[in-house]
Order: sequence, then C-alpha cells, then structure tokens
Amino acid sequence: MAKGILIYAQTDRNGILQNVVLELAKTAQDLSQKLDNCEINAILFTDGTNLEENKNILSKNGFNKVYIANSLKLKQYSTEYYSKITVDLIKNITPEIFLIGATTQGRELAPVVATTLNTGLTADCTKLDINEKGQLASTRPTFGGNLMATILCKNYPQMATVRPKVLKKAENEIIKNTEFIELDFDLSTIEKHVELVEFIENKQLADVRIDEAEIIVAGGKGMKNQQGFELLQELAQVLGGSVGASRGAVDMKLADSSIQVGQTGKTVVPKIYIACGISGAIQHTVGMSGSDKIIAINKDKNAPIFKVADVGIVGDVFEILPKLINKLKG
Amino acid sequence: MKIAVCVKQVPDTADIKWTENNTIQREGLESIINPFDMYALETALKLKDREQNVNITTLTMGPPQAEEIIRKAISLGIDDGFVVTDKKFAGADTAATGRTLAAAIKEKIKEVDLILCGQFATDGDTAQTGPAISVNLNYPVITYVKEILSVENNIATVKKEVEDGTEILKVKLPAVLCMLKCDYEPRRPLIKGFKNAQKAEIKFYGLNDIGLEVEQVGIKGSPTYVSKAFRPEQKQGGEIFVPDNADDAVNKILEALNG
Repeated sequence: MAKGILIYAQTDRNGILQNVVLELAKTAQDLSQKLDNCEINAILFTDGTNLEENKNILSKNGFNKVYIANSLKLKQYSTEYYSKITVDLIKNITPEIFLIGATTQGRELAPVVATTLNTGLTADCTKLDINEKGQLASTRPTFGGNLMATILCKNYPQMATVRPKVLKKAENEIIKNTEFIELDFDLSTIEKHVELVEFIENKQLADVRIDEAEIIVAGGKGMKNQQGFELLQELAQVLGGSVGASRGAVDMKLADSSIQVGQTGKTVVPKIYIACGISGAIQHTVGMSGSDKIIAINKDKNAPIFKVADVGIVGDVFEILPKLINKLKG
Repeated sequence: MKIAVCVKQVPDTADIKWTENNTIQREGLESIINPFDMYALETALKLKDREQNVNITTLTMGPPQAEEIIRKAISLGIDDGFVVTDKKFAGADTAATGRTLAAAIKEKIKEVDLILCGQFATDGDTAQTGPAISVNLNYPVITYVKEILSVENNIATVKKEVEDGTEILKVKLPAVLCMLKCDYEPRRPLIKGFKNAQKAEIKFYGLNDIGLEVEQVGIKGSPTYVSKAFRPEQKQGGEIFVPDNADDAVNKILEALNG
C-alpha cells in the first residue's frame, strides 16, 4: 500500500540545496497531519559536493529518511539518469505522494517520471491540501491566473510540481533523527542520449535572479532606449532587486528575452513589482499580477496597468526615476 | 529529415470573457495557435530553410474545428498536417494527451527525427505534454529550448534556458524538443502559402486509426481530474495619483516602498 510523502531534494550546480525543497518539506509536514503514520522522505542526487551540509539541513527540516544517489556521474543533472533512479526508488518504497519544485529541472523530470510510472501529475501548483477522502488536492492557476483548478489523482504516487516561493518554509527547526540511505544503482544500463556541452552563466542575472528577486523593477516600451533601461538597472541595484521587461521592451531589443515577464516569458511573484513605462496588456499582467505590491508609473492615466496596480503614479519615468534613485542613495 | 510539430488551439488570452459559472465564454471567442507552438513551427521552418530534404508535418489533438490551425500552419510553409480527433479523446489530461499524440505520430508519421512542441500552452500552462510524448515513444526530451543551433549526423545541438543561464546540449535523434519564445519572430504567411493552405487535404484520425484502446485515452485514460474550478478574487486597482511634480511622485513611491 502506498505510504508517505517523497520530496525531490534539488540542488543547484554547486551542490547547494534549493529553497523550494524546504518549502516542500514544510508543506509535507502540514499534509502529513491529515494522513496516518505518514513519513516524509527525500531523494537527493549528489557527487559528494556539499553533501554533509545538505544532510544537516535536511535533518533539521523534518525528514525521516533521505535516499542518496551518490556518483560523480550525477554531478550534472540528467533527466535520463535522474528519472531512472527516481522511478526505481518509487517502485521500491511506493510513496503515496511525490512532490517536486516547479523549476526548469523539476518541470522536465516530473512529467518523465509520472509518464513512466503511469501516474498523474499536476503542474506548477500554488496550494496543496489533503481532502476528506485522504487524497492530495493540488490547486493551480490556469489561463494565466484567471482560473484556479483543484486537481485530484487516481493513481499512486499522486504527483505535483510546486511553484517556488509561494509556500512558506518552516519558521523553526524540525529536528529528526534522519536516516540516510545510500541507493544502489547501475548507470551503465542506462543509455544516455543527452550530453551537456557547455554552461554559460547569465551575468545579467548573476546578482539577483529574477525568479528569486523580492523586488523587480520592470520596464516597457515607455523606457524608450538603452539609457532608460540603465536607469532601471540602477534603481534595481539600489533596492537590491532585479530588472524585468515587458515583451514590447524585449522586441525593441532594450532587454534580453530571459528577463521578459508575461505570457511568453516568466511568471514572477516578488514582494514589490515596480512597472515603469509598461502599458499593462493582459499578456504582461498574467505574469506579474500575483506580486504582493505593484507600483506603476506611466504617462497615460488610462493605461491598463493601473487596473492591477496598488499604487499608480501618472508621470514621466525619465523625471521621476533619477530623483527616486538619488533619494534612495541619499 | 522528418520533423513533426505538435500544436494546440487555444483561446486568445486577450479575448477571454468569463461566464457566471466560471467557464470560458466560447461564443465569438477567437482561437489561435498557442503562441509557444508558433515558435516551434518557426524553428522547424528555419531548419527547412537551411537544410536539404526537410519535411514537416504538423498535428493537433482537438475538435474537428482544429483543422483551422493546421491550415494556418500550412500557410506558413509546413508541408502537411492532420487532426487527431474523436469524442472519446474528450477530457484528456496531459498523460492521456501525450499518449494519444505519441500514438498518432507512431502510426501516421512513422519515421520521425525530431518532434517539436511549444514549452507551454497559454491556457493550461502545464508544460507536461511534450515530455509525456517523449516517454511514450522512448525518445529523449529537452525542455526550455531557446534555439536549435545545428542538426548534424543525427545529433542536434540546442540552447536551453535555465534559471541561472544557458546550457548547450547535444541530443541524439530522434528526440522531443519543447520550445520557449525564441529570439526570432514567427513568419507571416505569403499569398502562395494561403493558396497551399486552401487546397491542402487535411486528414482526421480517430481512436481506431492510432492503435490505442478506449481505456487509454480521454477522461478514462487520464490519471488526474479536476475536482473544482474557481476564479480567484480579482485584484482591484488601487488609487491613482497625479502628482504635481516629480518630487511628489518620488515621495509617493517611497511611501509605497516602505509601507
């Protein structure tokens, strides 16, 4: 019988455990209250880098068991290797729930695992709960946040990817006498078709990544030119935030498409979103309307961005931003 | 080289109106090719522009009216296309959709080197159908692809965008690639394209044509189901200030930043 919750303990390129893992750990604690004898376990891939530190963190976040796949060949993420090992573990320990962070990695790994196991997967959830029948109820936005759907799964494990930064991690340590179990696996039996040739770090993102930023200063066509975006860069720097852009600005080559917010770009949920010279077409607002506080500056008082803004300022960004930056530097 | 591009008909986001029951008002709603699929089509067409002997088929699962978007794709320069349609496919989740599209590709296209999908569909936004197709066909998958740099000796070199930068990956074909918004824009149809689209014969394939059982498709073949749908509280715009001068504006913003 399926039992317990399994969490994918994703690490980054340097072996650092991702925040979303701790968010999932806390959520799993909450879910386990509504399930009988529910263990919370993790699967961790490692080449040994930072392993002791990660074990330490996991044992303070309420994990009962951590299954560790340790090999130099696992240093670089590989969907083929990781999914095979994960599927084998799941067949062995039969968890009732398997949770994965909805990162670029998680959103590739999870559907491969789910399809292989012939089970259901709900994408990019913003809320998880256990219903009266003991099933995982996964709630997610669709149509760019215009409609929420709560989805149930008929098979086991019930799987969900969960959007980072939406759920909270535990405020206090939950210390468990965590059992660490080294997994046995044979990578030579797996045919690998995908190879990493090179990784190019995005320097523009290096300071504060847009998906992790608490403050985003975003610009649209109204920023007019490169100098306009330099202003945004400066403001973002003073505020310790990150720069975003509307599609219009990307099309004008004022910004790289990797920082585009909206329908064909990224969905962001910072604490503060400052929209500068962005008119606010629905294709943009679907990617940012979930921000805690939205401040919009636009010349046109009828700009649709003001419909989603908490604070709207009708004015010229080129007059306001330099003064704002000066004052903040003050 | 044989390329299959999977496309989806989606409502135009800018156009969506909601009924009182939280369903989409379908009447008069404009349907478009999912914007990410437009980049998948463009990427396939770019390969056809620069390589010899490239043939592209596009397919979609949906109601018979989805024929429209297949014709649209042909008007852009895609060679041919078909609609996978059957009442029994209704209610499919991403698992059942992936299985159905994979079966259609296997049965109706047979030898395929490259399958391109859009990374997300703007309605469902799940990003799961492409990977599901890959597992059903036992092909490798790469998601979040920004560009195909080259295809040589049965190996594609691609740029993948991840949170902290860009990865250059090599993949042995056949493979499934899920395309993000690219740094180039989808082309527009030419007059010749419209003519081709008009006279193209679009085929329709149902459950019996693709070698699956009724338990494997549609709502029966879907491990997930929607238990409830609701509209979140819509954000009401806050106050709009028309400051006397830039200093006033700055003070207002500082207040908002600190509040």
